[in-house]
Amino acid sequence: MTTEQTAGDQPLRPSLWRRILDSDLLYSFLRKPVVIVSFVLTVIIVLAAVLAPWIAPHTPFDPASLNLMNGFTPPFSANEFTGDTFILGTDSQGRDVFSAILYGARISLLVGFSAVAFAMILGVGLGLLAGYKGGWVDSLIMRVADVQLSFPAILVALMIFGVMRGVIPPQQQDQMAIYVLILAIGLSDWVQYARTVRSSTMAEKNKEYVQAARLFSVPAHRILLKHILPNVTGPILVIATIGLALAIILESTLSFLGVGVPATQPSLGTLIRIGQDYLFSGEWWITIFPGLTLLVLALSVNLLGDWLRDALNPKLR
Amino acid sequence: MNDVLLSVRDLVVEFPKRDKVLTALDHINLEVRRGEILGMVGESGAGKSLTGAAIIGLLEPPGRIAHGEIVLDGQRIDNLPYGQMRRIRGRKIGMVFQDPLTSLNPILTIAEQLIETIRTHLPMNEKQARERAVELLEEVGIPAARRRLDDYPHHFSGGMRQRVVIALALAGEPDLIIADEPTTALDVSVQAQIIDVLKRLCRDRGASVILVTHDMGVIAEAADRVAVLYAGRVAEIGPVRQVVKDPSHPYTVGLMGSIPSVVHDIDRLTQIPGSMPRLDNIPQGCAFNPRCSQVHDRCYRDRPNLIAVESKPDNQVACWLFDERASS
Amino acid sequence: MSSQPLLHVENLSREFDVSKPWLNRVIERLPEQHLRAVDNVSFDIPRGETFALVGESGSGKSTIAKLVVDLIRPTRGRILFDGKNLPETRGREFITLRRRVQMIFQDPFASLNPRWRVGDIISEPIYAFDLTSQLKTSVTRRVEELLETVGLAGRDRHKFPHEFSGGQRQRIAIARALSAMPDFLVCDEPTSALDVSVQAQILNLMRDLQEELGLTYLFISHDMSVVRHMADRIGVLYLGALVENAPAQELFRNPSHPYTRMLLDAIPDHEMTGRKRKPVKGEIPNPIDPPSGCTFHPRCEYANDRCKAEVPHLIATASDHYASCFAVEEGRLPKAEAIA
Repeated sequence: MTTEQTAGDQPLRPSLWRRILDSDLLYSFLRKPVVIVSFVLTVIIVLAAVLAPWIAPHTPFDPASLNLMNGFTPPFSANEFTGDTFILGTDSQGRDVFSAILYGARISLLVGFSAVAFAMILGVGLGLLAGYKGGWVDSLIMRVADVQLSFPAILVALMIFGVMRGVIPPQQQDQMAIYVLILAIGLSDWVQYARTVRSSTMAEKNKEYVQAARLFSVPAHRILLKHILPNVTGPILVIATIGLALAIILESTLSFLGVGVPATQPSLGTLIRIGQDYLFSGEWWITIFPGLTLLVLALSVNLLGDWLRDALNPKLR
Repeated sequence: MNDVLLSVRDLVVEFPKRDKVLTALDHINLEVRRGEILGMVGESGAGKSLTGAAIIGLLEPPGRIAHGEIVLDGQRIDNLPYGQMRRIRGRKIGMVFQDPLTSLNPILTIAEQLIETIRTHLPMNEKQARERAVELLEEVGIPAARRRLDDYPHHFSGGMRQRVVIALALAGEPDLIIADEPTTALDVSVQAQIIDVLKRLCRDRGASVILVTHDMGVIAEAADRVAVLYAGRVAEIGPVRQVVKDPSHPYTVGLMGSIPSVVHDIDRLTQIPGSMPRLDNIPQGCAFNPRCSQVHDRCYRDRPNLIAVESKPDNQVACWLFDERASS
Repeated sequence: MSSQPLLHVENLSREFDVSKPWLNRVIERLPEQHLRAVDNVSFDIPRGETFALVGESGSGKSTIAKLVVDLIRPTRGRILFDGKNLPETRGREFITLRRRVQMIFQDPFASLNPRWRVGDIISEPIYAFDLTSQLKTSVTRRVEELLETVGLAGRDRHKFPHEFSGGQRQRIAIARALSAMPDFLVCDEPTSALDVSVQAQILNLMRDLQEELGLTYLFISHDMSVVRHMADRIGVLYLGALVENAPAQELFRNPSHPYTRMLLDAIPDHEMTGRKRKPVKGEIPNPIDPPSGCTFHPRCEYANDRCKAEVPHLIATASDHYASCFAVEEGRLPKAEAIA
């Protein structure tokens, strides 16, 4: 039997490192200064938030370490009574704004990542199911999605939040607040994943490799997970990145409105709400710095997502 | 006036990539005579469509003509500015694409598309152009042309649509028509009809056609001369009868042998081992050397240019086998 | 018939619902629309032979392929594989039947999962059908053997499909089908996406495999020359119906049905033998709204009133040669010029 040979026998597979260096993604990344800056800023904020307990100069929510005398210290200057300096100043209680931001970003990111993960699992699962099964399963899932999409995400989140408030006993509410928030944001954001995955699934399931798998009597759940899922994940990454920015903003909005995390565990949104009371009395730093952090974080993540979408889209390359 | 309408000399088309430059067409030389159908045949990746695109000035960036010249009717056209090239397209060179569905605008009637094209190229008023459109449709064999003029493309069957596309290509009365796989998307029984239309047009109007296809059967049916392309080079060029019945280049020999016969019983098809090299992996020397059964040292070293074959007038082959025969 | 055919197809029909959505139908007062993709088709394939179905677009040839491998179920009629009707079987018998009938698809770029390594692709049927216990060697070794059988190298199992050319991918697809240890392969236009020189490699490979492994093929194609090269017997389809069924050589030597003759006339003369051909006319009608009577009558020069009204059935025109045509039946069809 003949052996077909590719012209010039191919070398063995290149190393992982080599493939990363050769990839189009890295190439496109290195040629976009805005993307590099966004990436660096995102990494710095995420790292700072994760490492907050170790790098924060103060533990802002430990009442024992607070000194009321330090209240309203402006940034970059020493307190007139105690002589302590705080880089970004303090709030009315004498809490270090910089440390509060680090801890706040931690909560914001935690909620953001968890909500996105939740929305993604839910959306991808339902999208796969709807796309593969078709028929009434598809109709049901997609009609629910349509109805939900006709309400603004914040309204959906507020409603879920309200319902959960009614269900959970009051003494546990503060503890559960974070989980409720994740649930509310996640539930308000699954539709996008479901829609995207559904349409890619409908395209993939008619491809011949899926038909071949059906000929091997491969069960449906295995076809979905092993064959179709790996081929529909591309756009998911993009939606998730942009979704992360949206989730962080939604979380901050909810917290700003006072329905998010309790004041004992403030997120960036809570910090902005606390600070805005003092905005007109001249203590601008209490609200401006958390606000700037939120802006930079959301913008960077969003720009990364936009770039990823363009870079992964073969038509635009 | 000589009888050469188009001549392509030493045409090199390159695609710059980020770390290297890929040579997609490597010194293509060919001539199209007035009133002839030149077949351009090759397998996918041979560069046949690219040659057509380069001639009509529709290379997709970053592709570029790096060397050589294209002369149409005594005028060099490879370096014309965009505006001038646009006038040549349609007026001097018409184009027929593979998929008749995508080459027609679905929201305009056939009449609108034809009249617009006619009036772009010829000094006619609306009424004259409409008459011309009917004539064109009749010429490409659309029955009841006047009645069908105001139909939309989706009212036509695949074969009829391709006829409309040909009528559009003819609207500017070009001297040269480049038909890129005009029959590939069609059913077998319709293919034969489209080939007949092309042949008849060529004969009646004295227009030349470059017929780009992968189908040797279409070439044998329609072409007067044929250029066999391999890996961005012309491997063999000559009168179609000679190339089909008595091919010279080992690649052409293999290609002809690999087509199943409808006339003879063949137990095994001739097969050329391997496949066409990718652009970034074209071997040194003759690009065909890894697949060639008659390869020798020189083929690994030097790239052969087109050489006249002694016994066959009008036939040129890019193969060292024939150089040795000539010198010995 | 001395022995039972491996595949027996009997009065097979398949309709597709191509109606507009319910709401549109109600508002626009449209009836339901059904497309008869396969219309009362019967044929047998003896063990070890190749039966080819030829036809143009809309002939229903790919639908028959899907019906035979049970990717879709027939509206009417039945398909007996080795005497058994697959939809009626259960459990182990069902799985075994499934395993024995495999398919090679048209597009080698779509038939291999781009995210899987070649080794995983080829071994999938081995695990899915639980064949590991029947192997004399390890699964890895078996995959390497299969790759070598189809003319690739054993170490290619580490690669991904995109690292291969179209012809090589089709080899991988063949290896995957073989790993289920089938005795029947449905080949749906296996070479129409490939270049001619590569097509020759694949056709040769398929013939070798048939000889070595005793495979039976249902070969589906629109290309008459490929079909002639591969088939022992040919069925010609037009708008879902089988219009002629004859041994390959006989069909080319003595085509009965006017449509078959037209198809033969449409084959380009790539060998430039100068054989005489009649110009082809007309196009395939819309299958949603097929012509009355014999569906070929609008394009047929021998059609008369009977052809427009009645539907012809397959009748024997010579021994072992069947055609469905009233002109043949009534003896008013002139003898065809044999092309081979």
